[in-house]
Amino acid sequence: MPLGPAEWEAVRLSLWVALWATACSLPLGLICAYALARGRFRGRGVLNILVHLPLIMPPVVTGYLLLLTFGRRGPVGGFLEQAFGLVFAFNWTGAALAAAVMGFPLMVRAMRLGIDAVDQRLEQAAATLGASRWRIFVTVTLPLALPGVLAGAILGFAKGLGEFGATITFVSNIPGQTRTIPLAIDAALDVPGGAPLALSLALVSLGLAALALIASEWLARRLSDRGAL
Amino acid sequence: MLSVALRHAFADFSLDLGFEAPAGLTVLFGPSGSGKTSVVNGVAGLLRPDAGRIVLGDRVLFDHDGGLNLPTHRRHIGYVFQDARLFPHMTVAANLTYGGSHDRANIIDLLGLADLLHRRPATLSGGEKQRVALGRALMSDPELLLMDEPLAGLDTPRKAEIMPYIEALRDRTGLPILYVSHDVGEVARLATTLVLIDRGRVTRAGPVDAVLADPASVPLMGPRDAGAVIRGTVAAHDRDGLGVVAFDGGRLILPGPLGPVGAAVRVRVAAQDVILSLTAPTGISALNVLPVTVTGMQGGAAGVAVGLRVGNTALLARVTRRSADALGLVAGQQMFAILKANAIAPQDVGT
Repeated sequence: MPLGPAEWEAVRLSLWVALWATACSLPLGLICAYALARGRFRGRGVLNILVHLPLIMPPVVTGYLLLLTFGRRGPVGGFLEQAFGLVFAFNWTGAALAAAVMGFPLMVRAMRLGIDAVDQRLEQAAATLGASRWRIFVTVTLPLALPGVLAGAILGFAKGLGEFGATITFVSNIPGQTRTIPLAIDAALDVPGGAPLALSLALVSLGLAALALIASEWLARRLSDRGAL
Repeated sequence: MLSVALRHAFADFSLDLGFEAPAGLTVLFGPSGSGKTSVVNGVAGLLRPDAGRIVLGDRVLFDHDGGLNLPTHRRHIGYVFQDARLFPHMTVAANLTYGGSHDRANIIDLLGLADLLHRRPATLSGGEKQRVALGRALMSDPELLLMDEPLAGLDTPRKAEIMPYIEALRDRTGLPILYVSHDVGEVARLATTLVLIDRGRVTRAGPVDAVLADPASVPLMGPRDAGAVIRGTVAAHDRDGLGVVAFDGGRLILPGPLGPVGAAVRVRVAAQDVILSLTAPTGISALNVLPVTVTGMQGGAAGVAVGLRVGNTALLARVTRRSADALGLVAGQQMFAILKANAIAPQDVGT
């Protein structure tokens, strides 16, 4: 069954939400991955647990906690609305936040593996050549970890496309605002005779996932041709 | 001048040593696992010692009591690792200038790197990698160069390819070099100062000629590796392919090829290749017979190390206990040292 404007809107919204979620969580994910891979500090174990919590907790719980914290009456949500006019509740930004939080553990894990794979002896060599930690990160660690970093970004993006539980709990199912593909499938299944539409949306979802995978494979091959792997 | 004093406890052994490295090339020599690399890593700031003080010229790099530990990237130290550690995602040219472009053209020329600039490290041979690593360290304009067994992974021809570069570096620049090795050939050819290390302690240190020619060094160097270094100049090339080196005390005939006449050379004479005789031998094939004075002896169960002097040059011989007894060796005795020309291999001759 062909998709109607409402369904295309869900596809567009999904991509938009996942893109923002990925772009905004990328720097923080990179910092966490680097800290977990290379850092020797107190609280590293706590950070590790925090990062992985969304992977372990039921998505509904994550969504509910987001609602408590980032809702209009939540401590952070209230502050952000007052200070920057940034509203998460029942808004596409909230869907992006939920997608970012749910995708974060996957993103950090892949990036951390990428950074772990970088030979620390090369970083030492860079230090003897006068490079500061920051310069070493930018010129040696990051380029060599790039396949893992990109894999992490793509995983986070894919998770963002498919996030359901936390999103529907946090920002509900509002067409044009928070109704991403999974939520649209859920809505279609609630309507009598909506199954064919749900199937079409499922196929679109499948296609997007396949595209993301192909893109990541292609990137990895490009990088290995360059000698970065 | 580099001055090092450090203490560090590892799980299975401890480091507790001090030494000074004056201008020139200082070799840290010792068996594998004696702590040489840890010392160099301490100087580079890659290892933080439990205690001690490291001073380079007038700059304090590390001072435990003063609570100072300069980070590696601010020490101005070049480091050539055993495993090159070139950045795999950069070209040779980008690797070379990563730490700076000091004297770039000259260094590319000196190390013969011009043809490699656009290559990736993965396509280089072991010897090429080490030349690039050396060039990269030099272009960062260091105040001290650390080299951790830079030739250990290379076969003899590749070693012979790189040795002259290191000799040139030692002789043409004022850059002090701290060089880790467990190869006596490298010591004899490259060192100006020698520091012997065993199980985390300095067992002997000083100018290379004095340390190598000291009979007491023999058990530390290992009986097969012990031997003095003779410094001289190329005096002649004979038509039969042999060369003559004049030194303070006489002449030495050895197989060519040597450098041009007048060039300075250093020749390693292994202690086990030197034969001692009470009288001047006649009718023997050995070409070198030197009148020597016994300066001292160091006896072991297996053999006796005999210190010798000819002119102002010190030599070292190793004979069995039985021979030492039969000859009645005592300090001050006049004798003859006999050496086959062919006992000196080309890799024993350096500049």
